Amino acid sequence: MNLQEYKDILHNGLWKQNPGIVQLLGLCPLLAVSSTVVNGVSLGLATALVMAVSSGSIAPIRSYVPNELRIPVFILIIAVLVTVVQYLMNAYMYGLYVVLGIFIPLIVTNCIVLARVEAFASKNSALPSALDGFAMGLGLTAVLGVLGAMREVLGKGTLFSGIDLALGDMAQGWVLHVIPDYKGFLIAILPPGAFIGLGLLIAGRNWLNLRAEQKARSKPVPAPIVSPEAAQG
Amino acid sequence: MKRIARSTLQTAVNLVFFSVLATAVLASTYFMTHDAIVKSEEAEKLKLINQIVPSALFDNDIIQDKLSVPASELLGTEDVTTAYRARLKGEPSAVVLESVAPDGYSGRIALILAVRANGELAGVRVVAHKETPGLGDYIELPKGTWIKGFDGKSRAIYKDADWKVKKDGGQFDYMAGATITPRAIVKAANKALIYFGENRDKLFVANAPQKETTK
Repeated sequence: MNLQEYKDILHNGLWKQNPGIVQLLGLCPLLAVSSTVVNGVSLGLATALVMAVSSGSIAPIRSYVPNELRIPVFILIIAVLVTVVQYLMNAYMYGLYVVLGIFIPLIVTNCIVLARVEAFASKNSALPSALDGFAMGLGLTAVLGVLGAMREVLGKGTLFSGIDLALGDMAQGWVLHVIPDYKGFLIAILPPGAFIGLGLLIAGRNWLNLRAEQKARSKPVPAPIVSPEAAQG
Repeated sequence: MKRIARSTLQTAVNLVFFSVLATAVLASTYFMTHDAIVKSEEAEKLKLINQIVPSALFDNDIIQDKLSVPASELLGTEDVTTAYRARLKGEPSAVVLESVAPDGYSGRIALILAVRANGELAGVRVVAHKETPGLGDYIELPKGTWIKGFDGKSRAIYKDADWKVKKDGGQFDYMAGATITPRAIVKAANKALIYFGENRDKLFVANAPQKETTK
């Protein structure tokens, strides 16, 4: 593995194959927890941690796991790691644990975790696998954070509400009231707001991509024609 | 035939190995975090107690004035729980009870209730639940004020038939689309009040006012 390959892994996770807006995997937490920045980013980071550790720990044992057993074994390992994260949050970040509630155990069912283990960690060595899991998790975190910010500002007129739950009482004053005396815009907080916001994000990313392609094409140097990137299900 | 048997055995051994490993990791994490979890849950409980027992109601050290309550069907508890007694000038004024609503939409809902000496609810809070986020979780305070509807209610003003959500002919509000959750809590609150009525004297007297703790 050389440096370029590591860079590719990062680029894939954060942009090219972003789980949130390109692969569209892991939509359940994406849509449910992204009602505020703090919730979204916290669950995103928990997911990234689980992905990095599960990919990193499954890669070295991949040759010992018989092919027909790999899904149950992978799921077992992921479930254990998620439960460990849940215990740790319950013990040391109680407020956040209560807020994220059922979505922490649900990380197990987030298909992006198993998808990366299956697609990457079961074919690569430990370090790149851990990096891949972490990069994909960060990509998801970024989408959760942006979507959370959009919904929170529109829905409640604040940013970073609930940050004291994540960082302790000293952070209580860090909440930004972006729009003072805001009456709230309920749909942004409710699940439909998540769908609409996600749609806008996907559209925005596709637009940026198209623009980059057009720029590349309009250059005088004849570039090979690239087929527009197809959205994946 | 032999080959199949062997590969089956291998598969089984493999799975067992990974399960044992996973269990070991889980168990050790559990034991490592258990104390911290208990501690943070207790700290959270104290915050709740301060919310539901008006500070004008007591002048004792409510946290120290506790009593073990055996498991009870009326409280929905399966283990010994702790009741905290509020006293004003030595006179019992309220008791904080734990109760469990076993029939929430997604399992048990753990409650904490403060009952005044006259059998009136001073307040109810949800301590732990697994209800649907965004739908059934309005029973939690920051997400909804529904739970405050219990303040001041008692079995003296509401009869058994009133301790139901309005949809079932009772007196309690609910939100459309999530009726099972409030139904479970209303039922549990009523049963806890029945328990209080039956055990009032035991709850307050059992180990009398405690000695002043020297600091």
